[in-house]
Amino acid sequence: MGNKFWIYLLVMALTTYLIRSVPFCLFRQKIRNKKLQNFFDYIPYAVLTSMTVPAIFTSEAGIVSGIAAFAVACILAYKNKSLLIVAVFSVLVSLVAGFLPL
Amino acid sequence: MANNSVSGNTWARGVKDGVAIALGYLSVSFSFGILAVSCGLNWWQAVLVSVCNLTSAGQVAGVGIMGASGSLMEMIISQLVINIRYSLMSVSLSQKTDSSMTLFNRALLGFGITDEIFGVSMAADHDIGKHYLSGLIFLPFWGWTLGTLLGAVLGSILPERLTTSLSIGIYGMFIAIVLPVTRKSKRILIVVMMSVILSLILRYVSIFSFISGNFATVISAVIAAFIGAFILPDDTKSATEATQLSSNKEI
Repeated sequence: MGNKFWIYLLVMALTTYLIRSVPFCLFRQKIRNKKLQNFFDYIPYAVLTSMTVPAIFTSEAGIVSGIAAFAVACILAYKNKSLLIVAVFSVLVSLVAGFLPL
Repeated sequence: MANNSVSGNTWARGVKDGVAIALGYLSVSFSFGILAVSCGLNWWQAVLVSVCNLTSAGQVAGVGIMGASGSLMEMIISQLVINIRYSLMSVSLSQKTDSSMTLFNRALLGFGITDEIFGVSMAADHDIGKHYLSGLIFLPFWGWTLGTLLGAVLGSILPERLTTSLSIGIYGMFIAIVLPVTRKSKRILIVVMMSVILSLILRYVSIFSFISGNFATVISAVIAAFIGAFILPDDTKSATEATQLSSNKEI
């Protein structure tokens, strides 16, 4: 990555910072359009989903580990387990699945 | 308007309210640290990314773009879309700040507005002053940094078989954030399913192969959220209500 890391870091940090600070400094009006509000409420869930699928299946841990981790994470998340519990068990399962002779 | 003599609006109270957030950030940023190293960053680069950004999904996408030598335009657009929700939080929070907050304070503290910091601030029964908000941001910032450091250092020394599995952990956390909310809001369930389908189509249907993986993530999410908000018929329960019911929130 070399020197390009610093350019990436600068661009990334500046974008993220401006998104937060400019509205915090300038705007005082609430968004009243309910549909627009909904759109912004949905974005995080849609983003986290498209970041997870298919990335979880195509990671270097392999597809078997990916499927195992995905299944366990879904089951535990469905049971409202905490982030930490879900993460720990999906890691453990993907680790075990990595040793399976598949 | 509350002032700083109100006991709830002090630095110490802010720090106290930030303890639980900081503990939660430790584990998420640990996973991020592992993932960042597996994307090809050094441990100190991973830590710098966390220090300068303080956001999970944006950072995961960011180190992915760094690792894949993506374009700067990709970096800007992905950060804009993934983090645009912070703009809305900033607008809401800005209306709850008290008169102690100068423009300079806002410019400084705006950096620390995350989902959890916002959530706790909005739930507080007092106006938000500069002392309280800086106290509230203090421990979560260090938790986020320390967790990243631990994850990145361990990711650098542990055997590869272990780190590749550990790097899956953050996706587990993403699932833990999304899935409980889909149980409470059918609308969000539909949005999430559409996001999955669009993401798969953009990644694997060959006519879309000119779109990079990072852009595919962003495009899928925007289309899915747009359809959910503007195309589907009105839902009785708003998204905000459903997300407030959720026990897990993301940074």
